[in-house]
Amino acid sequence: MTVPISWYLLLSAFLFACGVTGFLTKRNVITLFMSIELMLNGVNLSFIAFATRLQTLDGHIFVFFVMVVAAAEAAVGLAIIIAVYRTRETLNVDRVNLLKL
Amino acid sequence: MHQFLFIVFAVFCAGGAINLLVQRKTINSALSLIVVMGSLAMIYLLLGAEFVAVVQVIIYAGAIMVLYIFVIMLLNAGDEEASKGSNVAKYFGIPGLFIGGIIGIGVLLKHRPNDTPLKLGALYGPADQVGMLLFTKYLLAFEVTSVLVLIAIMGAVVLARRSDS
Repeated sequence: MTVPISWYLLLSAFLFACGVTGFLTKRNVITLFMSIELMLNGVNLSFIAFATRLQTLDGHIFVFFVMVVAAAEAAVGLAIIIAVYRTRETLNVDRVNLLKL
Repeated sequence: MHQFLFIVFAVFCAGGAINLLVQRKTINSALSLIVVMGSLAMIYLLLGAEFVAVVQVIIYAGAIMVLYIFVIMLLNAGDEEASKGSNVAKYFGIPGLFIGGIIGIGVLLKHRPNDTPLKLGALYGPADQVGMLLFTKYLLAFEVTSVLVLIAIMGAVVLARRSDS
């Protein structure tokens, strides 16, 4: 019993599409960040599937780097969210519009 | 067995992703994202990526999501306000989605890719082999990543500090 690589890639594409949809439709800035994490997870699944297909471990290394970058992004992004919430008292991205003309 | 396990965890994964979009409370979205990450770790194990599966649970489902939930609790993020819904999304987005989907399915059916079946654990990736590669071929990238993490820590401390102190 085997699973074709296209199943993994379809799941990966579905996760990425869900992430894009959440990023475009949601208004809460924390949910936007979680949608980005969902997109990164979809990409990671593609990396692992292709690493298995090509019989090389390099894809695993790239997943590791993506995770490190995601952790750094989450730390800095959530710090920015806290700073914005202190000054603007809102988490709605539509209300954070100081740069808008 | 392999197919059965894949389908079970893929359904968990897809269901969690959809639940993340549907839920209006931020905390529920965060919890469904943890479901997605946990089932993705199991799918990595099915592919034989031991190290990545463990790191996925520890870093993603552990550290990053704890940080998210901590911030959600700290800021008391409750219900999300509904967006007004833009006309651009209504008149261009939904037809564009259909057209893009039809084109994508058509291309996939026309150029059927070389579909390779992957066996259970087809590429065994234990921590020692991944580490060997990390500290030889990708040593420079690894060191640069450590600088990135250091800068991220300093940035988080600076940004989250109260400015009036």
